[in-house]
Amino acid sequence: MVTAPEPVGNDISDIKADNTGNFTFPERNKFDSGFGITEKTVDFIADVKGDPDWIREFRHKALKVFQDKPMPTHWATKDLENIKFDEFRYYLSDGQKPKRSWDDVPEDVKKTFDRLGIPEQERKFLAGVEAQYDSEAAYSNIKAAVEEQGVIFVNSTEGLHKYPEIFKKWFGKVIPTGDNKFSALNSAVFSGGSFIYVPPGVKVSHPLQAYFRINSEQFGQFERTLIIADEGSEVMYMEGCTAPKFETATLHSAVVELVAMKGAKIQYVTVQNWSSNVFNLVTKRGIAHEDAVVKWIDCNIGSRLTMKYPGVIMKGKRARGEVISIALANSGQHQDTGAKMVHAADETTSNVISKSISIGEGRSTYRGLVHIPKHLKGCKNNTECDALLINSNSRTDTYPAISVRGNQHATQHEASVSQVSADQIFYLMQRGLSEAEAMSLSVNGFINDLAKEFPMEYSVELKRLIDLEMEGSVG
Amino acid sequence: MSLEIKNLHAQIPGREILKGLNLTINPGEVHAIMGPNGSGKSTLSKVLCGHEDYEVTSGEVLLDGENILDMAVDARSRAGLFLAFQYPHEIPGVSNANFLRAALKARLPKGEDIDAVKFYKQLYARMDQLEMDRSFTSRSVNEGFSGGEKKRNEILQLMMLEPKYAILDETDSGLDIDALKIVSRGVNAMRSENRGFLVITHYQRLLNYIQPDIVHVLKDGRIVKTGGKELSLELEERGYDWVHEETLAAAA
Repeated sequence: MVTAPEPVGNDISDIKADNTGNFTFPERNKFDSGFGITEKTVDFIADVKGDPDWIREFRHKALKVFQDKPMPTHWATKDLENIKFDEFRYYLSDGQKPKRSWDDVPEDVKKTFDRLGIPEQERKFLAGVEAQYDSEAAYSNIKAAVEEQGVIFVNSTEGLHKYPEIFKKWFGKVIPTGDNKFSALNSAVFSGGSFIYVPPGVKVSHPLQAYFRINSEQFGQFERTLIIADEGSEVMYMEGCTAPKFETATLHSAVVELVAMKGAKIQYVTVQNWSSNVFNLVTKRGIAHEDAVVKWIDCNIGSRLTMKYPGVIMKGKRARGEVISIALANSGQHQDTGAKMVHAADETTSNVISKSISIGEGRSTYRGLVHIPKHLKGCKNNTECDALLINSNSRTDTYPAISVRGNQHATQHEASVSQVSADQIFYLMQRGLSEAEAMSLSVNGFINDLAKEFPMEYSVELKRLIDLEMEGSVG
Repeated sequence: MSLEIKNLHAQIPGREILKGLNLTINPGEVHAIMGPNGSGKSTLSKVLCGHEDYEVTSGEVLLDGENILDMAVDARSRAGLFLAFQYPHEIPGVSNANFLRAALKARLPKGEDIDAVKFYKQLYARMDQLEMDRSFTSRSVNEGFSGGEKKRNEILQLMMLEPKYAILDETDSGLDIDALKIVSRGVNAMRSENRGFLVITHYQRLLNYIQPDIVHVLKDGRIVKTGGKELSLELEERGYDWVHEETLAAAA
């Protein structure tokens, strides 16, 4: 792990950005499903991936559901109507088998990692990384230590082929195909993503990491991740995305399912920085059985529209669900994020802390759902959402839906909206900081308590991404 | 080498506040500016630092010969001008130590960083001088600080940034006598032949502890009287009205 160099701990104040995330490399795709989505597209993907029949069937059923379901524009933004499903390619692979060693990774992929600014010493650490390049894993290697613990960490295709008995039991169970239009789309065309199984009692010694990156114009990415933590086990999974900019919209629609068995703990960490033409419509949900904990730590930067409401179904007694999220919306971007907490057993507790930052004409929306039914007792929910507006034309909205029945529960909800004041910036600039540095410091201060929840290397990346956003927001 | 303010006129929309102010502060000197409410004392400090609410309509401000009026707020700071604020701002979530490091780093060439060990050594020494608890390094800048703690924190920043010219804007307001002594001790420790001070205050009390070389009376946007240390005592005793009458008499 990376350690803090001095006594202040998670000090991320002085790491400077040195790239813009604005780069791309030549495409070299041996497999390309063409544009649009039909039964043929689905068959093409199933053929290329060598899907077993039940998956092929699953895909076809999902396609029907996708085609039949209307866009959720009665509550969500109308911008969804601008998605032209016929103009995307739904599968793309460089035809490579996942790599086992770093030496085998193609140079241009390594270059991309260079630009992401992953330090040299961390690459060794990344030996335990599943890195997704376009829709297939270009590099996959499980650290010996993790393997020895009996942990399965493979891409989803390998997972369904090699471990069908575990895979089939949980796949599509936390998030059914028909949950929403985009989970149906993902179910029809999914490729890539991770499959993780942690045996009972195993505490995974390393955070498992996956870096995703879209690198083909007009290419939708539909990874599918399934993580099962068996009884009493613990695992942390980290995904990070930075995408290069393209001229036409890119669709990203992932489905992530987590299952925490009795007493297990799963932490799922995301830091993403999509380019401002990406539609990022993600369904993430976890089931927490008795005494289990599912915690989503989520940071959304960039994209044209992100819709993401990580959820936890607290199915067993004393289960706990948590969502810690940071969203940053710049001009032309809409971060529509939040959390879903479904209490389905006694004495379950949920905690939602959301902070959003709107810059320029950026718009951030918090949408929360907390459900505690009448027949339960001793449930608790805490929801806090704070919004920071940088400019006078920035926008934030909050839609908290808290439905609590019965009188044996405790809920609390706090929300605040604040603005970086001109006087605060004047104060910081009077000490010698440039306007952009002053903004960066203010924004980093606003999210500081949440940034500490991220692993060190992610909070560093987070700081760098915020610096980048702030550089363009002033002057 | 000096901070020269020449015929400075500044306004907020519709109202001129500084009306031809002249003042020269040489390194090694401590100047005090006194004056009644609304005379333009705080405006002067903000205009010198480049606050966007004020428009300079004419005049010059030279910092060691360089006109700073065209410089941005941060460039003036890096050129050596420091303002201890009357109402220091809170910066939630940003620790005092990180804030000071960022401010010091802003003074280094791009890509260079400060030596963390030296930094903390110096920071702790300065905090000891100001009788500040070590916990202030990790507390958010000014957040939840008492009035006195905020003022001490301003002086801590002054001590760490070591400016060429420091303006203290009503640093004594809200301080009890003990805090006033501590703050003054900090300021006095920073007095040197290479550094000039402009101490803005309402009351003579502060000047018992930070003894000025020169005292000015600011009234209606202009300096109407200049004298030695004894002038502040006279003002304390007689108020500001007699200065006003004297000025009118001189003008007549």
